[in-house]
Amino acid sequence: MNISSAILPALVLGVFLYGVFKKVDVFAAFTEGAKENLKIAIGLLPTLVFLSLGVGTLRASGALEALSRLASPITEFLGFPAECFSLAILRPISGSGALAILENILEDCGPDSFAGRVASVLMGSTETTFYTIAVYFGATKIKKTRHALGSALAGDISAFILSALAVRLFLGR
Amino acid sequence: MIGILLFLMISVSVAYSAATGSTTAVSNAIVSCGGDAVSLAITLAGGMAVWGGIMKIAEKSGLTEKLTALLRPALKLIFRGLKKDSAALKAIAMNVSANLLGLGNAATPLGIEAMKRLEEEERPEAEATPNMVKLAVINACSAELIPTTVAVMRAKAGSAAPMEILPCVLAVSFASLVVALIAAEIGFMGKKR
Repeated sequence: MNISSAILPALVLGVFLYGVFKKVDVFAAFTEGAKENLKIAIGLLPTLVFLSLGVGTLRASGALEALSRLASPITEFLGFPAECFSLAILRPISGSGALAILENILEDCGPDSFAGRVASVLMGSTETTFYTIAVYFGATKIKKTRHALGSALAGDISAFILSALAVRLFLGR
Repeated sequence: MIGILLFLMISVSVAYSAATGSTTAVSNAIVSCGGDAVSLAITLAGGMAVWGGIMKIAEKSGLTEKLTALLRPALKLIFRGLKKDSAALKAIAMNVSANLLGLGNAATPLGIEAMKRLEEEERPEAEATPNMVKLAVINACSAELIPTTVAVMRAKAGSAAPMEILPCVLAVSFASLVVALIAAEIGFMGKKR
C-alpha cells in the first residue's frame, strides 16, 4: 500500500465520521452537494464543446504536433515532454481548453506514461491565470493591477518546469 | 478573447490541413468533437458530484470552518497591515480554505468578497494594494489539496493508479505558489506600499 493512495480514503472516512459525530444528516448533505456540482458540470458543457472543436481540429490537422516540434529545443532543454507543450501554453488562458488537451494527451500517450503524468501534474497544480486575475480585479474599481499577472505567470512557468522534475523525482520515468 | 482564440485555432487547423493534406482527419474531428466533449463532461460530472457531496458534509459539520480558523495565523504572515478583527482577513481565510478543499465554485465568490473588503479597508485609489495583488496571485496559482478532476480523467483513460500524482501535485503547487508570492514581494520592493 502506498501512502498517496491512502490519503483520499482516509480523508473521506474522516469527513463522514466527523459528520455523523456532529449529527449532520449525511444523506441530505451529500445529495445536496452532488446536485450543486452536477449542475455546474452541465453548465460547463457548451464551452467544452466549443473548445473541443478547436483543440480537436488543431490536433487532427497535425498543427499541434508541428507546434510541439517547433518548441522541442526548449522543452528538451527543460526535460519537459514535447506532447505537453500545448497544454502548458493553453492552461493559463482557458480551463476548458486545457481539459480538452489533457484528455488528448492521456489518450494518445497513456495516463501512466511520462507525458501523461507530467500533463496531469501540470493540470492539477495550476489555474486559469488570466481569467482569475480578470475576475478578481473586475469586482473592484482598480485600474492598475501592478505586477499581479506577472507574478502569477512566474508561478505558472515554475510549475511548468517543476512538473517534469517532480514526476521524475517521485514516480521515476 | 476566448472567441478570438478559437477562431485562430480553427483557421490554423483548416489552413494547415489544406497545406498538408490532412483534411479527412480534420473533418472527422469536426464530426466527433461534440460527442467527445459530452462524454468528457459526463465523466467529470460524476467525479464532481461525488466530491461536492463529500464536501457538503464537511461544510455542514463545521469542518471547513475549523480549517479556516487554522489558516488564519499563517495568512497573517502573508497579508500584512490588516486590523486584528479584519473582515477582509476572515474572507481571505474562507477563500483559501475553499480553494484547498477543491471547492472552486465556492472559492470564487468568497475571493471576490475578500477583494471588496480589502478595497474598503485599505482604500486604494486606482492602483492595487500589495494585499490585493497577493490575494489575486494566490487564487491564480491553484492550491488544491486533492486534484479530483485530473484523477477522474486519469481513471477514465485507464490509469492503474489515478491518484499517484498527488505528491507531485502538492509539491509543484506549493513551490509555484511560493515563487509567485516571492515575485509579488520583489515587485513591491522600494516602492510605496
